[in-house]
Amino acid sequence: MYKIRKAEKLAENIFLMDVEAPRIAKSCEPGQFLIVKMDEKGERIPLTICDYHREDGTVTIVFQIVGASTKKMAELQAGDSFRDVIGPLGQASEFIHEPAAELKEKKYLFVAGGVGTAPVYPQVKWMKENGIDVDVIVGAKNKDLLILEDEMRAVAGNLYVTTDDGSYERKGMVTEVIKDLVQNEGKHYDQVVAIGPMIMMKFVCLLTRELGLPTIVSLNPIMVDGTGMCGACRVTVGDQVKFACVDGPEFDGHLVNFDEAMKRQTIYKTQEGRAMLKLQEGDTHHGGCGHCGGDE
Amino acid sequence: MGDVLKKVPVREQDAKVRATNFEEVCYGYNQEEAMEEAVRCINCKNAKCITGCPVAINIPGFIHEVKEGNIEEAYKVISKSSALPAVCGRVCPQESQCEGVCIRGIKGEPVSIGKLERFVADWAREHGISPEKPAETNGKKVAVIGSGPAGLTCAGDLAKMGYEVTIFEALHEPGGVLVYGIPEFRLPKKGVVAPEIENVKKLGVKIETNVVIGKSVTIDELLNEEGFDAVFIGSGAGLPKFMGIPGENANGVFSANEYLTRSNLMKAFDENYDTPIMIGKKVAVVGGGNVAMDAARTALRLGAEVHIVYRRSEAELPARVEEVHHAKQEGIIFDLLTNPLEILVDDNGWVRGMSCIKMELGEPDESGRRRPVEIKGSEFEIELDTVIMSLGTSPNPLISSTTKGLETNRRKCIVAQEENGATTKEGVYAGGDAVTGAATVILAMGAGKSAAQGIDEFLNGK
Repeated sequence: MYKIRKAEKLAENIFLMDVEAPRIAKSCEPGQFLIVKMDEKGERIPLTICDYHREDGTVTIVFQIVGASTKKMAELQAGDSFRDVIGPLGQASEFIHEPAAELKEKKYLFVAGGVGTAPVYPQVKWMKENGIDVDVIVGAKNKDLLILEDEMRAVAGNLYVTTDDGSYERKGMVTEVIKDLVQNEGKHYDQVVAIGPMIMMKFVCLLTRELGLPTIVSLNPIMVDGTGMCGACRVTVGDQVKFACVDGPEFDGHLVNFDEAMKRQTIYKTQEGRAMLKLQEGDTHHGGCGHCGGDE
Repeated sequence: MGDVLKKVPVREQDAKVRATNFEEVCYGYNQEEAMEEAVRCINCKNAKCITGCPVAINIPGFIHEVKEGNIEEAYKVISKSSALPAVCGRVCPQESQCEGVCIRGIKGEPVSIGKLERFVADWAREHGISPEKPAETNGKKVAVIGSGPAGLTCAGDLAKMGYEVTIFEALHEPGGVLVYGIPEFRLPKKGVVAPEIENVKKLGVKIETNVVIGKSVTIDELLNEEGFDAVFIGSGAGLPKFMGIPGENANGVFSANEYLTRSNLMKAFDENYDTPIMIGKKVAVVGGGNVAMDAARTALRLGAEVHIVYRRSEAELPARVEEVHHAKQEGIIFDLLTNPLEILVDDNGWVRGMSCIKMELGEPDESGRRRPVEIKGSEFEIELDTVIMSLGTSPNPLISSTTKGLETNRRKCIVAQEENGATTKEGVYAGGDAVTGAATVILAMGAGKSAAQGIDEFLNGK
């Protein structure tokens, strides 16, 4: 069992938890993820490691309610436990292997969208700890859905916050901020790292290809084991099929087939929808509405 | 008394009924049937069956005890050689091992050794008989990577010798292929696999789940920082192969590993569990091994019409004869001498069919099997909504790539000596599918056993 040390609501439907997992806390690096399984009947859910405390033996996860499992997970409190926490999984971000001197010469831009702010944070924090100031763009739908702002501000060189509806700081999509920084403010970047919803990463990549900025993305396909034994998470990168759980999750964004990846994310949409309805409506859910399939 | 040339028949669940549930197909012998079958053994002096068994169980010895009605004694005889008899009695390909060389099989049917072993193991479990923990340990620590048949056997044998053994397992349940691969209807998890794993634990073996060696901790760290004196790698061959044909990433195409893991390990077939599974209407399983049969029979039980698509003929099917027979009884359709060319995909990215070509058998290849050759102009399409690829697996490179000095061959298999499992790295041993590539449960157990001997000799010589 893996005890939850802290459970906190960051925004509507977005939660942060510190979980005791000493082996993971000891060995994880930025860019890696873990898998949690709530209880005996639960499914295995991949989540990026948002932070880690090696001495405490804890790791931090941030998740958004998107379906039945995450809704149940959000009800857990400090003191409760996960039955299983597995990791760290996947490859660490490439930059941690680069010689410090070379890394310091490079100009990095991190682009975070929504709950994707959580996986960007440990990377920016790692840069700060290694004496590198990076630019960071954080995008959220609105002010209320913005997460980890103070934490990010503490580790970023320049932080640019944007909201889709303009309710806080800049107004517009993250792509507009990238354009603005490069074309109007004359900024130059050697490497962009973009993490967020698949559709956001796709549009960031379309733009950065045009601007000639190399871009790394962190993919979030469906996973089961997360150790390379099933291929549920396979993605096409260039002309090769890769397993995101072992070869990634980070890839050259200009080579990723986003359309295929987005289609594959929807495989279990019907079942997921039914599970959510069943959870929300409990015993009152008997189908018969003709839409949910519960009567089948 | 029945026909002495024939096996005492084993009771099975009716094919029509079992095609709709996940209960065990074969009921096994009761004591009366087992004792009747045991009489058929002629107790050969130089028993060939023993040489046919990869862990060399004293087969005539245990069958003699069954004949006398001393089932507990029979269990003790088997336990000297095998850690997982309830599993092996069910899933070993006996026709090509112990039963394949039984003298009785020359004229008539061989003795039903597998079913007898299964009866003895089930009887022992039902009567609460389990192996005893050794009185004291020798203080030496061994780490076992992977809790499949190789790891469990190696760990059990080492514990019996007095070692302090910890098994590290990447998944959340121990058992390897016994829990994620082989379905409930062939090998019940709660009833059979879990108690056999409990027996290994009763020997003093610790099992730490959710530890991914190469990620959570490396083998070098286990040896240098965590105080282990030796390591056994039994990590299996879990990396699925795909064909590389167009359309293979469409929605509705799965590896057999994914399909079976969802169903067996995650219990997706049971609506009380959260993991979803695709319930197809018309499913093709590509491949002809035991895994293909398992995937096909699982899809059938979820309600689909299921086709096995295999490029050679029935005689070359690598699956066990018994499994092919069961699959046919249940209504699986065999599209033999057929090879997929492309997965056909609809506008929304979902599988809508498969284009295939007919094959004929040509000259034998290096493996001695007749090579399938395409028949020109015989292309055709089948309508489908789900395709399951069951083309075999290879070892996961995670461990070999993170362990200094561990040599692998070009198939990514760990290089290890056959007689004692020693790898190219001192103190590190390996066995099972991680060394041989995908093979059988009993061969993995045999390798685990030899490696336990090898580790004991290494640590005693230290």
